[in-house]
Amino acid sequence: MDLINFEATELRLGLPGSTDDQPEIKSTTSHKTNKRSSSEMVSSVSDEHDSSRSPPPTKAQVVGWPPVRSYRKNILQGKKNDQAETGSGIYIKVSMDGAPYLRKVDLKVYQSYGELMKGLQDMFKCIIGLYSEMEGYKSEYAPTYEDKDGDWMLVGDVPWDMFLTSCRRLRIMKSSEVIES
Amino acid sequence: MNNNQMCESDGKSRTGSGTGEYFITYPDQVLENVLENVLLFLKSRYDRNAVSLVCKSWYRAEAYTRSDLFIGNCYSVAPRRVTQRFTRVRSVTIKGKPRFADFSLLPQDWGAHFTPWVLTMASAYRALEKIHLKRMSVTDDDLAVVAHSFPNFKELVLVCCDGFGTSGLAVVVSECRCLRVLELIEDEVTDDEVDWISCFPSDGVTNLESLAFDCVESAINFESLEKLVARSPLLKKLRLNRHVSIPQLYRLLIRAPRLTHLGTGSFSPSEEQPQNDSSRESDYLSAFAACRSIVCLSGFREIAPEYLPAIVPICANLTSLNLSYANIDAEQLKPVIRLCHKLQVFWVLDSICDEGLQAVAETCKDLRELRVFPIDAAENAEGPVSEVGLLAIALGCRKLQSILYFCQQMTNAAVVAMSKNCPDLVVFRLCIIGRYRPDCLTGEPMDEGFGAIVKNCKKLTRLAVSGLLTDKAFCYIGQYGKLVKTLSVAFAGDSDMGLKYVLEGCTNLQKLEIRDSPFGDSALLSGLHHFYNMRFVWMSSCRVTREGCLNVARHLPRLVVEVFRRDEEEGGERGDFVDTLYMYRSLDGPRADAPRFVKIL
Repeated sequence: MDLINFEATELRLGLPGSTDDQPEIKSTTSHKTNKRSSSEMVSSVSDEHDSSRSPPPTKAQVVGWPPVRSYRKNILQGKKNDQAETGSGIYIKVSMDGAPYLRKVDLKVYQSYGELMKGLQDMFKCIIGLYSEMEGYKSEYAPTYEDKDGDWMLVGDVPWDMFLTSCRRLRIMKSSEVIES
Repeated sequence: MNNNQMCESDGKSRTGSGTGEYFITYPDQVLENVLENVLLFLKSRYDRNAVSLVCKSWYRAEAYTRSDLFIGNCYSVAPRRVTQRFTRVRSVTIKGKPRFADFSLLPQDWGAHFTPWVLTMASAYRALEKIHLKRMSVTDDDLAVVAHSFPNFKELVLVCCDGFGTSGLAVVVSECRCLRVLELIEDEVTDDEVDWISCFPSDGVTNLESLAFDCVESAINFESLEKLVARSPLLKKLRLNRHVSIPQLYRLLIRAPRLTHLGTGSFSPSEEQPQNDSSRESDYLSAFAACRSIVCLSGFREIAPEYLPAIVPICANLTSLNLSYANIDAEQLKPVIRLCHKLQVFWVLDSICDEGLQAVAETCKDLRELRVFPIDAAENAEGPVSEVGLLAIALGCRKLQSILYFCQQMTNAAVVAMSKNCPDLVVFRLCIIGRYRPDCLTGEPMDEGFGAIVKNCKKLTRLAVSGLLTDKAFCYIGQYGKLVKTLSVAFAGDSDMGLKYVLEGCTNLQKLEIRDSPFGDSALLSGLHHFYNMRFVWMSSCRVTREGCLNVARHLPRLVVEVFRRDEEEGGERGDFVDTLYMYRSLDGPRADAPRFVKIL
């Protein structure tokens, strides 16, 4: 008796192929085929999902496996732009007013704005401080970013995930130059 | 050296007949001078190490004459100790981070800083000519120190390094007037938006023999590059980055027909140029045809496959061909590979499929090194190459010495066949991408295949294993792998016995890297007799506890035992076990630059 896999038919916001209960990584099922074992009805649904899935999938990936250096993982993609994805990283340029060198950060390394601020502070040896919606940044510097539309926004306005996909470059400005909107 | 001067063991010197007699007042001094003259010819560091152990006099003579320094682990010795012993060094090679750093398993700020080395050498080695670094963190300031401290500086080779950018490069190329070699290989170079290629001195000719910047991601000022090539008559090796298009490559080739090593850049048309520009194709063919000396070809970073046939005129001369960035299929490969009779080194993507490998096996009878990289590194990917391709290579390329092969499925039979047909194998690295995958034909573990490799390949020094492996595989490795120096293990083994077999059996083991395998404290203990002979041991996501590591540290005071977590959380442990253990011998104790998250036991 084949069991119907309700998960495949339920409405979710995640990308096809991602599940909430993906534990750690032992792939014990079906080494030889790529298809999940499932009933006929469900397999037709999941095939559809499989074919609409574009690389890379959001399933749990084992870090550093297979042992291929990140720049080699890029070959399937086309030309790079400013927001170059090197393997699983999102590298964007960061400039700071007054600093001699441009830097690049990998946004994927950070899980939140707090971590990003910490990373930037370490990099530029400055105090940015924490952002509060009411008061803005209480320090000498304010981090801003250029989004997909070319507008310069204050970092922290949008949810972190949205920021990840729309941020094109970062600029740490002197607070005095930030125009309040 | 005058053969008539016989040095007796009593220290007196006598001359032979016919040359007249004279007395030398300080025979030991003469002995040492003579020895120094002889030792100048000794290049191998292994031989030199042996020489230095004979007696104090030989130690001194050897230290005085060593000009090439090799530091396999930058933390095994302090820079000052090195510069005090070896005072007349011309060339330095230093290796830093363990190899698993390449796969994001080492936290960003772990260490391997070049700064303390460069600062010490700046005052001690004024005559330094060559620096070769691998997996070190090098800053722009470090590069500035190099540029300012060594007036005779000739060669800079940076492999898998990071921490510097185009600003640092600009300082080096503008100030090192004797620069012959600048090779940047697989480095992470920050784009500081500095036009470094224009910073080479513009007066007169350069001494450049080799320029490699294929890993530099930032765009290059092509006009400056072209002028640079035009005024570098000695240039033999040129490796371009992906921002150089085919028409630009053409312009460089006609200026440098005597190149021996070429990295082609993108190998696709520039954006302004129309596609299918057939009038240029014959130009490209003739440009390549004029380069009679090219023996090593790489690049093809964004290849437009229809241009590949342009290299046909030089295929017959090639001994090395790197297509590992080129997404081409078997049909596109064949017209080219069929002509490469002399090929010894071949790097390629698995997009060529088993069929492409068969074509390689049919033609490249002299092949020594093969690397097949996956175009899609996901675990459930299709896998265009398999045991079929491996078998074809095994049967066709009997002289194979080194192989790195990524695939999604494999059989023991194919691996056994390679062990028998390729007796010269020195390096065997098989990566079955799906973890824990058994023999796809028999369903059995891959123990027998790897067992055959260690048993039949009597020259094997480097081994990387994968697939479903039980402790039996490690029993074989310990039993037969007597020459193995480097061993890479991932997602393999059943119990501590696996690691015990290796530590007890592999008497020449120097570098051991293990991840995600069930080896624990008692296995670690079985290596106590050997750890001082090793360059390093890496164990991550295994079953080693903090107590177990402490135990090792207590037994071996000269061993630096580092424990840390990949995510830089402090403490180093993840649950009951240590996240990452990295240990190595050191003459100078634990390093002073360890970041907060690294615990040294």
